[in-house]
Amino acid sequence: MSAKVPSPPPEIWVPIKLTLELAAISTLSLIIVATPLAWWLARSKAWFKEAVAAVVSLPMVLPPTVLGFYLLIALGPDGPGGWVASLWGARTLAFTFTGLVIGSIISSMPFVVQPIRNAFAAVGDRPLEVAATLRASPPRAFFTVALPLASPGLLTGAVLGFAHTVGEFGVILMIGGNIPGRTRVMSTAIFDFVETMRWREANLLAGGMVAFAFAVILAMILIEKRFARAGA
Amino acid sequence: MTERPAIRAEFRGTLGKFALDAGFAAPAKGVTALFGPSGCGKTTVLRCLAGLVHLKGVCEVDGDVWQDENGAFLPTYKRPLGYVFQEASLFPHLSVRRNLLFGAPRKDGGPREPIAFDEVVELLGLTRLLDRSPRNLSGGERQRVAIGRALLSQPKLLLMDEPLSALDRATKNEILPFLERLRDRLALPVVYVTHDIAEVERLADGIVLMDKGRVIGSGPLGELETDPSLPLAIARDAAVSLDGVVHASDQAYGLVILKVRGGSFIVPAPAAPAGERRRVRIIAGDVSLAREAPRPSSILNVLPARVVAMKPIDANEVVAVVALGPDGTGARLLSRLTRKSWEALGLGEGASVYAQVKAVALASGRGDLG
Repeated sequence: MSAKVPSPPPEIWVPIKLTLELAAISTLSLIIVATPLAWWLARSKAWFKEAVAAVVSLPMVLPPTVLGFYLLIALGPDGPGGWVASLWGARTLAFTFTGLVIGSIISSMPFVVQPIRNAFAAVGDRPLEVAATLRASPPRAFFTVALPLASPGLLTGAVLGFAHTVGEFGVILMIGGNIPGRTRVMSTAIFDFVETMRWREANLLAGGMVAFAFAVILAMILIEKRFARAGA
Repeated sequence: MTERPAIRAEFRGTLGKFALDAGFAAPAKGVTALFGPSGCGKTTVLRCLAGLVHLKGVCEVDGDVWQDENGAFLPTYKRPLGYVFQEASLFPHLSVRRNLLFGAPRKDGGPREPIAFDEVVELLGLTRLLDRSPRNLSGGERQRVAIGRALLSQPKLLLMDEPLSALDRATKNEILPFLERLRDRLALPVVYVTHDIAEVERLADGIVLMDKGRVIGSGPLGELETDPSLPLAIARDAAVSLDGVVHASDQAYGLVILKVRGGSFIVPAPAAPAGERRRVRIIAGDVSLAREAPRPSSILNVLPARVVAMKPIDANEVVAVVALGPDGTGARLLSRLTRKSWEALGLGEGASVYAQVKAVALASGRGDLG
């Protein structure tokens, strides 16, 4: 690696930008959906709650192709996704950016719900009981006590959700179709560059993702350390 | 003299294997102790009062119905109460000041709150702590903040669940004076759960005795302490708490003359203005009985009284309840004596006696809360 490195070809910026957009929108949606779900899982006494937790966790164990297959059907013209798409005159959500967002939310959900659920469970009953004895209504207790106390868990969930969305490959390929500029994200772009023997581009993207993954894992460890100290 | 009870509570139900069936009433003022051995259901009753546990029953406070038999049940956050938990349970993400103000009504202007921020801060000695984080406070400081936080929510009823039991002895003795000041300065009914009789003797005006999920007696402290059918009177460390009024001080000898119903006591205590309230504790083992006025001796307190009741403790000891005053209408004391003495003196209900009290001590002056 002694030769002067020429500037990277412009084609790699499109998937990078698309990936960041996808991950940002998915993470935001995930936090909004996963926080109430995690709260319910942590506090409910419903007999079926662990069944719901298992369903939410399915994407962790299922092969991405299986998840992608069902998503493809669900997002397609004959599924609920097709019906939603018909609202604005389209035929399908498959092979669209919106479809990718939906797929990413579902496949990354367990990685976001789990740490938030654990954080809510660690808060325990007592702070909420104290809040109730101080006239705090349940919503006020949630926003002023539970949420701030569980914030390290939310941060962990957001980082994991973002990272997992960036790293998703199988589901994206199944429902996105790797369309340049629309659904070709970094992970699928690497696949494409390798197939067309463009090693330099593949190398740049792959190296970037290794650095990104390293940064994420380091961030996770640091958040956890801070959390442990705060709880002491 | 019976006041209209401000607190009426009755709870029935089971929690796991534990069955509770407890009812009591308490006056609108003063500290009512919920007292009994660990696991007797005191804390559950307190949690029911707060609405943190929902069992069948009734709960009325100051004329407001918080729960009734027809299923009405006010959620905790709508009940004007303050609750001090065994562990201070401060919010770690808020400063001491914001903890204190968490439950304070948020309004500008309007009528002044009955319990003012500055007053609570001063009463509990929190001035220097206001901008600190709860993480950096000692156990005693935390508990004081928790008490202040509960008070500033402007409760009509203060519930305290063994607020001292998680603290070491020195810290307990640091907090108790604050609780006494609180009791004397605020006209707020307090229900105080404890399994430590020393805290009861020092703080309580009334007591609800619990055992195995049931109430076995309730009423003014002095009455229950001297009720021979209840376990308090026959306990090894049985004592009575008498509330008296300072009559005069004898600074030269460091003594105070304290008037109680039916008599007066000479008590070693710092001089105090006449008319101030003081509580003394008299241990049953420190009281002996004589049929005739004894000759002068080192015992300062010899009071005419009448025997009201007697209960054998074991094969050779009995505890006698005597009422002060020649006519036996005054405050009651316990006297522990041998069965042999009881019979040799020919004692019985109604007998006139002289109670010789070897030791009288201020309840608040005790440094041996364990």
